[in-house]
Amino acid sequence: MVENNKNNLHIDHEAAATDRAMFGFWIYLMTDLLMFAVLFAVYSVLFKSTQGGPGGSELFSLRLALTETLILLTSSFTVGLAMIAARRFNKSQVLFWFGVTFALGVAFLSIELKEFAELIHEGHTLKINAFLSSFFILVGTHGLHITFGLLWMSTTLAYVIKRGLNSQLVRKLAMLSLFWHFLDIVWIFIFTIVYLKAFV
Amino acid sequence: MKEILIGKLSKQALPHEWFTIGGSVAFLALALLIIIVITRKKRWKWLWNDWLTSVDPKKIGIMYFIVGGFMLIRGGLDAIMIWLQQALGASNVPGLTGEAAHGYLSADHFQQIFTAHGNIMVFFVAMAFVFGLINYIVPLQIGARDLASPFMNTLGFWLFVGGVLMVNMFFLLGGEYAATGWLAVAPLSEKAFSPGVGVDYWIWSLQISGIGTTLGAINFIMTILKMRAPGMTLLKMPLFTWGSLCSMLMAVTIFPLLTATLFLLFFDRYLGTHFFTIMGGGNQMMYTNLIWMWGHPEVYVLILPAFGVFSEVVSVFSRKAIASYKSAVLGMIGVSSLALSVWLHHFFTMGASANVNAFFGLMTMLIAIPTSVLVFNWIATMYKGRIRFDTPMLWFLGFVAVFAMGGISGVMLAVPPIDFQLHNSLFLVAHFHSTVIGGVLFGIFCALAYWFPKLTGIKLNERIGRKAFWFWIVGFCMSFIPMYLLGLMGATRRLDHYDSSTGWQPLFILMFIGGLVIATGAVLQLAQILASFIQKKKLYDRTGGDPWDGRSLEWSTASPPQFYNFTSIPIVTSRDAYLQMKLKGLTKPKFEDIHVPKNTAAGIYISIFGFLIGFAFVWEIVWLAVASVIGIIVVFIVRGFDEHSEYTISSHEVQNLEQERTKKDMPLFSKNNNDTDEEMGVWDLTKYLAFFFSDIIRKKLWHKW
Repeated sequence: MVENNKNNLHIDHEAAATDRAMFGFWIYLMTDLLMFAVLFAVYSVLFKSTQGGPGGSELFSLRLALTETLILLTSSFTVGLAMIAARRFNKSQVLFWFGVTFALGVAFLSIELKEFAELIHEGHTLKINAFLSSFFILVGTHGLHITFGLLWMSTTLAYVIKRGLNSQLVRKLAMLSLFWHFLDIVWIFIFTIVYLKAFV
Repeated sequence: MKEILIGKLSKQALPHEWFTIGGSVAFLALALLIIIVITRKKRWKWLWNDWLTSVDPKKIGIMYFIVGGFMLIRGGLDAIMIWLQQALGASNVPGLTGEAAHGYLSADHFQQIFTAHGNIMVFFVAMAFVFGLINYIVPLQIGARDLASPFMNTLGFWLFVGGVLMVNMFFLLGGEYAATGWLAVAPLSEKAFSPGVGVDYWIWSLQISGIGTTLGAINFIMTILKMRAPGMTLLKMPLFTWGSLCSMLMAVTIFPLLTATLFLLFFDRYLGTHFFTIMGGGNQMMYTNLIWMWGHPEVYVLILPAFGVFSEVVSVFSRKAIASYKSAVLGMIGVSSLALSVWLHHFFTMGASANVNAFFGLMTMLIAIPTSVLVFNWIATMYKGRIRFDTPMLWFLGFVAVFAMGGISGVMLAVPPIDFQLHNSLFLVAHFHSTVIGGVLFGIFCALAYWFPKLTGIKLNERIGRKAFWFWIVGFCMSFIPMYLLGLMGATRRLDHYDSSTGWQPLFILMFIGGLVIATGAVLQLAQILASFIQKKKLYDRTGGDPWDGRSLEWSTASPPQFYNFTSIPIVTSRDAYLQMKLKGLTKPKFEDIHVPKNTAAGIYISIFGFLIGFAFVWEIVWLAVASVIGIIVVFIVRGFDEHSEYTISSHEVQNLEQERTKKDMPLFSKNNNDTDEEMGVWDLTKYLAFFFSDIIRKKLWHKW
């Protein structure tokens, strides 16, 4: 009886810790969102400062951006499926759906890097004018977040393979999925404010 | 090759001017002294295990105080140097032949000093003390054993220490700090106008400590919102906790803006982007806007916990519940929400339209309303209270006087037409110091006097404490009332020299003397702490943790509290929870199993790597930056997947620990043979120290060390 009670206490302790950690992670996401808010504001102030150089409509490819968007939206869906599996402690499905998400993330990142490489190759670097500075830093910061997300995903999955799914790892996966959805939302704003707006 | 290895570092970076050599020697000597003492006393293990790697918020809080105290001395010396320069800085003084010297500092050096003074006082003194206080007191007040994330807490502290090291690093390498003013406004802070490493040191010291602040703030919000004792609803929280909550909510809102803005400035300087440059279509006023969107609310982040302190103190020392608790809470919420929409009043002269200026002027004036509500609350609390005038209460009364002055001048500055005249004048500087010294610093001193018995189990020496208070208050008026006058007479801020025909010099000299009086007050405070420890048997708090007849839960614990704070989590039924318990009669403690977080050095490692990233970018050593980023990632992975970060102590062990503590305390309680002695005065302390040191010299006691 005493033993049982102790176990219950332990579970309560664990559940409360998870609850707090998730809440804290939400606050962290809001702070990150505010950093993006600054970058969006800066882009909105500076996107006309092309100094006579080409603007967004000449430099961006809407087709590539749309592809990136679709890839990222799909990855948001797959990470959702992965989390459903994680809540059921279904290890193989977790690995499969996170694997798909990881691949989509890599695809997104390679398209973005290709876009950047082409721009830089043509001489449109971030040193040229304020518009290009703000474009590269805004989109690049998002890309950096995606990179960190992928790094996080791979290490967490390595531990899932090693240790199997436990409640602590599921908590980490839940945070990761929040992070991933968050990046998706930020991307939708990038797609709208940076890419779509350049063509209207 | 050399450039790849050590970047821009060269022999010229080594100290070669009097102040860099002096600073380096002073810091290295201090470090050496500490190292020698610890080695001789064989205390390294103790230091590492009991303090540096500790995740106990009480210990981290005390470490914040120690670092903040050192930085207060460092920033105070800057202030004295500024005042001395201004006192001497009159040219063409009649009677002196030729062109009299422009003080004793070069213009560039003077600029670096006031920049460093501002940064150190705001970031590394005020923030340090505020975070230290919240760390120590908030968990105790809400009946929690720890913070929500103990690891994030040590990480935040050590990042703060990394920032402290970075801000002083220029003494050792580089020889120059930013000469741009404490907010480094663009384009002055751009590479074109500040090519040296000073601004880079500025960026990275703020960046590293700022990220630590964000982490700390997230942690405190989690703690306050999720870990309160059962029964403690939001409207039953003590007001210091309320002040901390409002302050931390603001901190998480604004510090990301600072981080982003500093990164943009860094990119401008390092990658050659054009956010705030003059060339390439950058927008300089955008920097000013962004930095003040952080900078203005920042002072409210500092003052709200101080408001909380005053609310506690005035209630305890008037032996009354706070008058109209709910309006005090609303006042704090009002201040913190309005504070986010006033930043433009720092640059009414930017040339925004009259409507924009009018909006921000009105918002600024409005903020005086919730602030006054709080002040009236405190005064109403004193009304018909049985007031005790111990030092905490003196600091509170001093605050009311000085802060009122600062508040009223603030409302004056909020009117755009007046601001056009007073912008960039010493009037503004005087206003700012009235609020920050009168509000934040007095609040911190008040808090230290109030909670010192909780921190150490010893009450502070009142005799010297009172003297220190009066030196502070008189010194403050002597140095800042002339500053208001000078501002009205047209003296601009950041003035290193002026013509004697302006007639300003007497006032500047008065300010300098006032500065010395303040410094005396600060020395007396150190003497006060020293004297309290010397007479610790006499000043030992015999009530067992509740010397002031306190009202909130922190007074229900031992002094200093055990590392788990409470043997059993208290159940709260009303505001002033501990007072209620005392009225109902205290119950015997119950014992239960306690989960305790293990110590960790991960915060230290991450902070070292963070410091190295900053250092690498200051000197453009790419490999070091890359290596440090990898280092941080590795530490995070190792720490993040450590599943054994806690251990449990059983109720039986807790009971033993409690018994041990009572046994240890008992003889101290009963010893009252010294009670007839008077408290030490300054003179007694001087005599004591003279005997102490002559004893050491006479008996060659240093051999024992």
